[in-house]
Amino acid sequence: MSLESRTDSVTFTVNGRAEEVRVSPRRTLLAALREDLHLTGAKEGCGVGTCGACTVLVDGRPVLACLMLAVQAHGRSVETIEGLTRDGVLDPVQRAFIEHDAFQCGFCTPGQIMALQGLLRRQPDPSAEEIRRALDGNVCRCGAYLRIQAAALEIARTAEARRPGRPA
Amino acid sequence: MPRIVRQKIEFEGRIEERDVVIEGDDLPVWGATETLAIVGTRVPRVDGGDRVSGRARYTADLDPPGLLHAAVLRSPHAHARITKFDADAAERAPGVRLVLSAANAPRIPWYNGKSWLFDPELRYAGDEVAVVVADTAAQARDALDLIEVEYEPLPQVLTIDAALAPNAVLVHAEGNVLGGPEQYERGDVEAGFREADATVEMHADTPDVLHHSMETHGSVVHWSGDRLTVWDSTQHIFGVRRQVAAALKIPLDHVRVMSPFMGGGFGSKNGAGKYTIIAALASRQLGRPVRLMFTRADESQAAGKRPQSAQQIRLGAKRDGTLVAIDYRGASNLGAYRAIGSPLAGPAKELYACPNVRTEVVNVFTHTAPCAAFRAPGFVEGTVALEAAVEALADKLGIDPLEFRLRNYAETDQVLGRPYSSKFLRDAYERVAKAAGWERRAPAPATAVAGHGRRRGLGMGTQIWGGAGSPPAYAEMRLNPDGTAEIRIGTQEIGTGAKTALAQIAAEVLTLPVDRVSVSLGDTDFPYAPLSAGSQTITSCGPAVRMAADEVRRHLLDAAASVLEAAPNDIRLEAGRLFVAGVPERGMTVAEVAGRMGNFALSGRGFRGANPDGVTIRTFGAQIAEVEVDLDTGEVTVLRVVACHDVGRVINPLVYASQIEGGVIQGLGMALREEHLTDPDTGTVLDLGFDSYAVPRSSVIPEIVALAVDKPDPIANNLGAKGVGEPPIIPTPAAIANAVANATGARVTSLPITPAKVLGALGRLR
Ligand code: FES
Ligand code: FES
Repeated sequence: MSLESRTDSVTFTVNGRAEEVRVSPRRTLLAALREDLHLTGAKEGCGVGTCGACTVLVDGRPVLACLMLAVQAHGRSVETIEGLTRDGVLDPVQRAFIEHDAFQCGFCTPGQIMALQGLLRRQPDPSAEEIRRALDGNVCRCGAYLRIQAAALEIARTAEARRPGRPA
Repeated sequence: MPRIVRQKIEFEGRIEERDVVIEGDDLPVWGATETLAIVGTRVPRVDGGDRVSGRARYTADLDPPGLLHAAVLRSPHAHARITKFDADAAERAPGVRLVLSAANAPRIPWYNGKSWLFDPELRYAGDEVAVVVADTAAQARDALDLIEVEYEPLPQVLTIDAALAPNAVLVHAEGNVLGGPEQYERGDVEAGFREADATVEMHADTPDVLHHSMETHGSVVHWSGDRLTVWDSTQHIFGVRRQVAAALKIPLDHVRVMSPFMGGGFGSKNGAGKYTIIAALASRQLGRPVRLMFTRADESQAAGKRPQSAQQIRLGAKRDGTLVAIDYRGASNLGAYRAIGSPLAGPAKELYACPNVRTEVVNVFTHTAPCAAFRAPGFVEGTVALEAAVEALADKLGIDPLEFRLRNYAETDQVLGRPYSSKFLRDAYERVAKAAGWERRAPAPATAVAGHGRRRGLGMGTQIWGGAGSPPAYAEMRLNPDGTAEIRIGTQEIGTGAKTALAQIAAEVLTLPVDRVSVSLGDTDFPYAPLSAGSQTITSCGPAVRMAADEVRRHLLDAAASVLEAAPNDIRLEAGRLFVAGVPERGMTVAEVAGRMGNFALSGRGFRGANPDGVTIRTFGAQIAEVEVDLDTGEVTVLRVVACHDVGRVINPLVYASQIEGGVIQGLGMALREEHLTDPDTGTVLDLGFDSYAVPRSSVIPEIVALAVDKPDPIANNLGAKGVGEPPIIPTPAAIANAVANATGARVTSLPITPAKVLGALGRLR
């Protein structure tokens, strides 16, 4: 049997829901999310790991979904941009993006937001430099970088203010 | 009364005359004294929620039932003829439904009749050879490798010089120069140079630069019977509709084109691509929807580029700084097909007051990928040459370069010999100089600095551009019985915030909160609007939206008058409430009035009025860059860019600042990093994506200060606005080049300003 015609079952959690897809071994996580699960928030900007538009979280860490095989996601927990909005309510990073006008065409935006989520999980109050470095893999051809950084800094500052032992 | 008027329409740096229908009288301009409540305020984008949540559906996100996927086989040769084509193995591959090529596709003229949709003669590395349609994108791509093609390589020309050489290989039978050299002259340039006390002469070269919009080019198409629906990542839905209908020989009303969300274009998506037509042919044959999206590698080879330029400029001035002569020659490498030249000479002709000007531009064809408009085509390149020469000449004369510019301030359009509708460039100069601390600028070292360490410098660039907009553009509005309002207009939201600005304009007229107004666009079922390019979306569409809303407002006043039993003239509309003048308690809300009128009784239609006669409408602006140059490595770091533009009334300062930053960042990329590389021997493309083509990333972005003159144009259109999309990219590379020269005394006018070029200019490269 050729590799192409073989399919594997992948069970994983996507945005908190148990999902199963049957995919060929070469199918990327990005294709599985977009084509099989119809979660088109993560974008394909390059397909080869150079632009960050496909960034999602796998077990809480940012991953380029175009470089990960769907079968590698078996048994793991995947979060996409669609999972951030709960009952139509945007999460604080999404709201900060709107307030700071941190996007133009918006095509890179889901990837930017998920990359930033990944950073914030690891480091809730990153410095400006940490933010710049964490987002260096996410291309924005419209050039919303400064606004993305400003939105991220605002979130970081709020997190810092909320840290135990610090004055609110 | 409708009338036909002949309009001089300035678009992308070129002027053309067109007849347009003007349906009646325009509204009076929102002038400088008008107090506006919503227009001019920082309204967050109305489609922000869609874009940050992943809800926005871009072309590649559309997935109609039964969707098939396509992939493109491209020419590996810059110039070749297909001698053998065998797709048998590919056609038998798993999942493959169809292979289209010159062997079986209808012969459809393309590139203004210079080629065919599938042409057996290939004129650039990347030219379309065949398209595979399969069940999955991976299957389609796999099958490309199974197509057997034999090519007979043909002689090729790749560079401007090679194309212009005597007995050069011809790209097209008519010759390698598009339409002959474009010449312009006023005064007597030789006499001007004889009068001059100082002259400078320099070359300026800019490379091929790629748009690389994050969403690649592509379409999803679907037939139902003999009607075709196209979802396209485009800046011009009506243009795509016209081209698709013509190519397929079907009536216009059988084609519907939609582009509700699109991921950037920057000029590269101004019309239909071959991909749309090919997808439509395949879809018709297979009876299934087809998606053809470019890969990033396709995008690098066949999605257009800002064409490489080679320029030469000579300026002469008197001791007091009066410019007396400008002599400019530019050449642009259009690639294989594009039939619109680069308006490289625009800035040299018009930016400065000068009695003696001569310009010549040649646009040449080569066996390289076709160029496309790219944010202020020609003007970004031309401004590098002009503004570098201006600062060099000012330094030579010992005059501050800003002072030099002010002494040569052009009060009128010297090319067409008429006034500007408005020009507030002085304000822009003043504000950038103050904000950037221009007075700190020391004259450039007379000779290149050979020492060690780092040096800082300041440089300026000035911008002139169109952005007037023009008719025709139409809009419709209806006021719903619950007091919400809807606008329909066949324009595009390409990331510029057009949707938000249009909502603000309508909300202003009806005194409604912006969130009560929704804007639907990106659909040829809506009223006609022009392409979203040339910085004209708001200036063309905004006035029509205002007029449509104004018609609704008048109906609303009439309705309120009858309900409130008063004369329509006595009804006032303020903050969403209609009341009788002088009796504020005798009133009702917009929703209450609308609700009484039955379902959708209140609707309005608006059109874009004519541009004023006898004036030239231009945007202006100035930018100052501050850079630090490492004299040991040649590396240039941009520390800060201060920008101020005269774009008339600013509709939304928040979105305005985003536009400025985006333009500056693209200009910065072009100044320091970006260069699309073609192998000089084979003509093949060497950079196939973001790994090898250096678009600016998060860590290299300097501080950007976005200021606005924000004075309404008194006559340009009923909003007092001018366009803002292109202006901010124009002066940035020039300002950075000038700052590097100011820091080091070494002038690099060949972009990108790489460390090697800086070291070379410093005499430190062995
Ligand atoms: S699509 Fe995955 S990094 Fe570009
Ligand atoms: S917003 Fe357009 S690419 Fe980032």
